[in-house]
Amino acid sequence: MPVAVAIAMLVIGSVAFHLFSPWWRTPIASNWGSIDSALDVTLWICAAAFVGLNLFLAWALVKYRHRPEYRGLGYKAHYEPENPSLEKRLTLWTAIGIAGMLAPGLAAWGKYVSVPKDATVIEAVGQQWQWSFRYPGPDGVLGAAGVKFITPDNGLGLDPLDPYGRDDLVVEGGDLHLAVGKPVKIVLRSKDVLHDFYVPEFRAKMDMVPGIVTYFWLTPIRTGTFDILCAELCGTGHHAMRGKVVVDTPRAFAAWQAQQTSFNQILAEAPPAAMSILILKANACSTPTSWSIR
Amino acid sequence: MATTLADDLRPLHHPHSWVTKYVWSQDHKVIAIQYSCTAIGIGLVALVLSALMRLQLGFPGAFPAIQPDNYLQFVSMHGMIMVVYLLTALLLGGFGNYLIPLMIGARDMVFPFVNMLSYWFYLLSVIVLVAGFFVPGGPTGAGWTLYPPQAISEGTPGHQWGIVTMLVSLAIFVAAFTMGGLNYVTTVLQARTRGMTLMRMPLSVWGIFTASVMGLLAFPALFVAAIMMLFDHLAGTSFFMPTMQSMGAITPTQGGSPLLFQHLFWFFGHPEVYIVALPAFGIVSDLISVHARRNIFGYRMMVWAIVIIGALSFLVWAHHMYVSGMNPYFGFFFATSTLIIAIPTAIKVYNWLLTLWRGDIHLRVPMLFAIAFIFTFIHGGLSGLFLGNVSVDVPLSDTFFVVAHFHMVMGVSPILVIFGAIYHWYPKIFGRMWNDSLGKMHFWITFIGVYAIFLPMHYLGILGVPRRYYALGQADFIPPSVHLANEWISIAALIVFCAQGLFFYNMIWSLFRGPKADPNPWGAASLEWQTPDTPPAHGNWGPHLPTVYRWAYDYSVPGAPRDFIPQTEPREPEPRA
Repeated sequence: MPVAVAIAMLVIGSVAFHLFSPWWRTPIASNWGSIDSALDVTLWICAAAFVGLNLFLAWALVKYRHRPEYRGLGYKAHYEPENPSLEKRLTLWTAIGIAGMLAPGLAAWGKYVSVPKDATVIEAVGQQWQWSFRYPGPDGVLGAAGVKFITPDNGLGLDPLDPYGRDDLVVEGGDLHLAVGKPVKIVLRSKDVLHDFYVPEFRAKMDMVPGIVTYFWLTPIRTGTFDILCAELCGTGHHAMRGKVVVDTPRAFAAWQAQQTSFNQILAEAPPAAMSILILKANACSTPTSWSIR
Repeated sequence: MATTLADDLRPLHHPHSWVTKYVWSQDHKVIAIQYSCTAIGIGLVALVLSALMRLQLGFPGAFPAIQPDNYLQFVSMHGMIMVVYLLTALLLGGFGNYLIPLMIGARDMVFPFVNMLSYWFYLLSVIVLVAGFFVPGGPTGAGWTLYPPQAISEGTPGHQWGIVTMLVSLAIFVAAFTMGGLNYVTTVLQARTRGMTLMRMPLSVWGIFTASVMGLLAFPALFVAAIMMLFDHLAGTSFFMPTMQSMGAITPTQGGSPLLFQHLFWFFGHPEVYIVALPAFGIVSDLISVHARRNIFGYRMMVWAIVIIGALSFLVWAHHMYVSGMNPYFGFFFATSTLIIAIPTAIKVYNWLLTLWRGDIHLRVPMLFAIAFIFTFIHGGLSGLFLGNVSVDVPLSDTFFVVAHFHMVMGVSPILVIFGAIYHWYPKIFGRMWNDSLGKMHFWITFIGVYAIFLPMHYLGILGVPRRYYALGQADFIPPSVHLANEWISIAALIVFCAQGLFFYNMIWSLFRGPKADPNPWGAASLEWQTPDTPPAHGNWGPHLPTVYRWAYDYSVPGAPRDFIPQTEPREPEPRA
């Protein structure tokens, strides 16, 4: 009997906790409202199942508990090995519930994997334990890059021989800025181990995997400053790998972008010795079997 | 196989000394106890590690001995020990060994010597695992998932030696499991007694059998992943290591794929969830049926659900990898397959509830744990639908929601079944009864306590609190109330931690002082309660193997004199010979 009461109280308590606890989603700051709605649909279907099944459990425990006084009256449990029609009906209703939550889930995923054509490409690079960013510059194209090109002056490893990379804006260790209302495709790269670019208010996240380039997309829908966290264990400093993303008005974004350093400027300011190492690396990389300088 | 099928007892390896009886024993019951004690022993280490983690999360900075490195090592070792070395070993090596021969009417496993070797390999794997705590740099802190490159790169604690002991230990464990698993499968298929058809087996045996088959198919993926990573680490290969930097210096590796490891790991890792869950499903079905004095509802459906879940669980692994950077189009397939698996799982839940419905429910301690399991499993199963539903997983992955979900569904739920099962079979295993009041106290604190721990964690996860964080630090989206929640969760965790003392005290005290148990105290119909001796003697069945005439669930049959009919009772008046 107490266990039936406990089950019922836990159900009521869970619902109350859901309604009154101060912890829920952060106010959304991106276009991924469809993810939130899919979560809501899933939640309502699951909550109905949770409450219904557990209250049935509590009721059955009370109603069919062993009562010694009934034994004399010949009470026995009901012997019924199976009831195929009941089982079929339950299977059908479950399948309907499952389909009901899967549909919005897959629909939102369909949007998640289709990047809009007009999305600006911005690169985020992870390393232990810092975030860096790169913008494509006036040509709108990110230049080639790879860890083998990395030198102290070329932290993100841009290929100095790739003309597309020369106008790229490099933000090492600073804040990420985005323009509100503009779709962006964020391409992700890691210099060392796995990381994950995670901004709770954007809902979206994706791992950064060394050796490949991954991506996701979003449209920021309100201005503000948000925390970037790493959501894939990346070693001792994982919890301290923080960054900031600032969503600006388009005007403020343009003003900010105008102040950033392009790769060309970095190359121009690098001392000649460093520069020759950089070029040497680039040549070595493009022709891995030959070490001659062309 | 003659040893297990025949009435002849001579081919059994009768122990001649204390050492062959209790140490190098080939008796499945002794091996089961050896497996169980070792698993519970190493499980206690993992329990202590979880308490240390909760101390850090609840009271950050109050324990200067816990640094980020230690914290990650606690996380990693806790996870791996609980999943592999406690749950898998206890449910299959412990309960599998004890129950299979007794429930199907065999004298022992079909390969008793291999069975003994399985235990000693398992013990060796545990010793190598524990050695990780004493090597330079300590055990691995790469998370229980051991993802490369960080598992073997600088910046991760234990990347030099701790990871080596972990991988070697896993490889030995897989060898141990293979020896055990082949035994369980062969015994079920070949050594059932007269009349014990497959569809008359108790669901415990079905769960353990299916899980063993799955283990034999899934563990090899872990084995090759472990060996490949060992090569990467010690021999300079690049299976999983791309062109990358490590602490600012370029590594000599190139061309490997970190995602390949994740696929191999989860090809093992997801079936592993069901390798733990299916034996628990089976066992809890039997507990519910016995203590509700009612046949398990929809037995055939229950068997097919176990088999279908087992098969489908090999098609869902990448739902752990929705945001891993694999081709995102895989998400459509894996979300669908994952949610389909919820249907047979839901059927199992319905049938547990329908078994209670119109029953005659005796609320003894094993039954209390079984009921608590139904509650936590419904909760954990439903929260899994969020994570399986691909786009809903995106904000939740790698947050506390995931931690709460998998603890509820594959931590708390199977552990509640294990407790229930220990209370249930203890009288048969040791021939004594435990103390009822202590058992109830242990139940109440554990059940309410674990819910207090894990319910709030779901909400922290929805808020966005990431997992595997040594400290939350400052973040605008985290209100101060989160720190308060962490404190309360830690207090609940420490209470539950201490309450386990009641269990151990009860079990050990009862071993010596408990009242003598009835051979069949619960009035159960299945075969293991019909042994001539309690505890069962070597060879289990005396001079003649039992003959089975009916399924294991003849409870409250109309017209029967008692409310159960043992499987050994003939159906009709015995036909004349």
